[in-house]
Amino acid sequence: MARWQEQLIKLDDYRWKIPENYKTGMRVPGLIYASQEMLESICEEQTPEQVANVAFLPGIVGYSFAMPDIHWGYGFPIGGVAAMDIKDGVISPGGVGYDINCGVRLLRTSLSRTEVQPRINQLINELFFNVPSGLGSEGKIKISQKEMNQLIVEGARWAVKRGLGFEEDLDVTEDGGCLAGADPNKISGKAIKRGMPQAGTLGSGNHFLEIQVVKEIFEPHIASIMGITEIGQILVLIHTGSRGFGHEVCTDYLRVMEGAVSKYGIKLPDRQLACAPIESREGRDYLAAMACAANYAWANRQCIAHWVRESFSKVFSNNPDELGMKQIYDVAHNIAKMEEHTIDGRKLKVCVHRKGATRAFSAGHKDVPKCYKEIGQPVLVPGDMGRCSFVAVGTQRAMDESFGSTCHGAGRVLSRGAAKRSTQGRDVAQELESRGITIKAGSFSLLAEEASQAYKDVTEVIEVVHQAGISRKVAMAIPMGVIKG
Amino acid sequence: MYIVEVKRAFEIIDHVADVGIVAYGTDVEELFSNAALALFSLITEPESIEEKSHLDLEVSSDGRDRLLVEWLNELIYLFDVEHILFNRFDIKRLTRNELKATCYGEGFDPMKHKIKIGVKAATYHMLKLDKNGDGYKAQIILDI
Repeated sequence: MARWQEQLIKLDDYRWKIPENYKTGMRVPGLIYASQEMLESICEEQTPEQVANVAFLPGIVGYSFAMPDIHWGYGFPIGGVAAMDIKDGVISPGGVGYDINCGVRLLRTSLSRTEVQPRINQLINELFFNVPSGLGSEGKIKISQKEMNQLIVEGARWAVKRGLGFEEDLDVTEDGGCLAGADPNKISGKAIKRGMPQAGTLGSGNHFLEIQVVKEIFEPHIASIMGITEIGQILVLIHTGSRGFGHEVCTDYLRVMEGAVSKYGIKLPDRQLACAPIESREGRDYLAAMACAANYAWANRQCIAHWVRESFSKVFSNNPDELGMKQIYDVAHNIAKMEEHTIDGRKLKVCVHRKGATRAFSAGHKDVPKCYKEIGQPVLVPGDMGRCSFVAVGTQRAMDESFGSTCHGAGRVLSRGAAKRSTQGRDVAQELESRGITIKAGSFSLLAEEASQAYKDVTEVIEVVHQAGISRKVAMAIPMGVIKG
Repeated sequence: MYIVEVKRAFEIIDHVADVGIVAYGTDVEELFSNAALALFSLITEPESIEEKSHLDLEVSSDGRDRLLVEWLNELIYLFDVEHILFNRFDIKRLTRNELKATCYGEGFDPMKHKIKIGVKAATYHMLKLDKNGDGYKAQIILDI
């Protein structure tokens, strides 16, 4: 740890620089957003080494960034952001991750805690029944291969066309819920087979569906534009991704990239950083396949959001419109995107890898939906199941500094095994119940793995990005009911 | 110093976001078989799997360590898509680039098999396959 602390240059209270000369081969410096306290655990894990390794990748511009929720990942750290010049840069599947477009969607309601409390058990049971979840969960929508090919090209729109949701949901989804350039011909038969039965499922692991209560509003005007108006208001957060489909796409292309690394003579400090030039056949193929997986994830969250609305409708005997069940926003946490940014005063087209990071575009940006033009893009930052989640917005500082990116969540601090040991067989479900959180999970050993102490406190994470100015916190909500796969 | 290795098949190692396996074998065939056993011991209780059917598998890759990743990924895929659990692996042929095996097990039955964790992929991260005394040892991190 001491070794790392000596290497880092403190720029201010929330910015730590890894100098370019830390290791021969780094093309840019690294930049870690963290408080002094958080930095200690970050250094203990040797995660800065991974931030430095990413700086080796050809075409990287600016900095190799790490958000405060950073933790050790495969090759790229989770919480890492790296932008590569499209002309001479690379694309790396490891910079996106296995769960392509793992992300979150937030719905609001006009219901209050007092209205939901008496029916919380019924609501959680209804949601558990209505939203397929758990290990190897299979969806209730049966799709043919032809439909699967449409789904991965159209994304969330595919679901809306089938009556699962509304056109207006697409307006408040990153990229309208559809990443361009998706090509089913770049997808293996295995990925299709893994994906077909899992479309419209929550999955397991850290994925969840949460009924939340607004606890604090920091920016009333901004919050009101998102429809968050009252303390005690009920929100619903959906956290899931591209399931086995995304994993197979990543696995398939890591194999392709292993070959590409030697073909193009790319020197890497870690083979899990395997990559190919963006303009190469391998690079273009991966981007077309990644878009398919991103679209699969958006379709997935779209289906689930619809079933959430249906469940509320049933329990409260009212239609979703009357219950005010509008979508606030949907963001990707694991993705690579072609974007234009200004670097050293000149406009540059870059491929921004965000792995466990959120796009945080500022007010007025062309890719921010019309309804949010004035406030900036909503950023959704879930915490662990026992604490809280935040809603924030993107800022100009993020545009100027971090390629319009910010943090994505809490970030693990304990391995799953260590988390289980730390709970020492205590009943995690009961502990949550005693704090007024109703929980239903497919597996109870999984609950222990996902216990609060396994994660950093998301409040500290959000404080760092807020103080650093790369996003602005708007509201905080606490869990009231949780469904884990 | 000569260390007499107590015959271990595999160990499970903790990794912050995921889980890893360390497999041992007196030869590479046994190493591959033990790595597969370790995988299924993470997914369920291996004793709960009965040998009711078998499946012939062929996997190819470029290099022995990549072949090990491919082998485990093939088994993960079969569980995810075909819902088959295996508990015995007869490695018929194993070169640096190719593996042929017969795998024994049965279909997943939710009443009988308790699923412990969902393993989603075998990764190249911190991948190691080396000689270990008279035998072999491999480390693989799994994404869960």
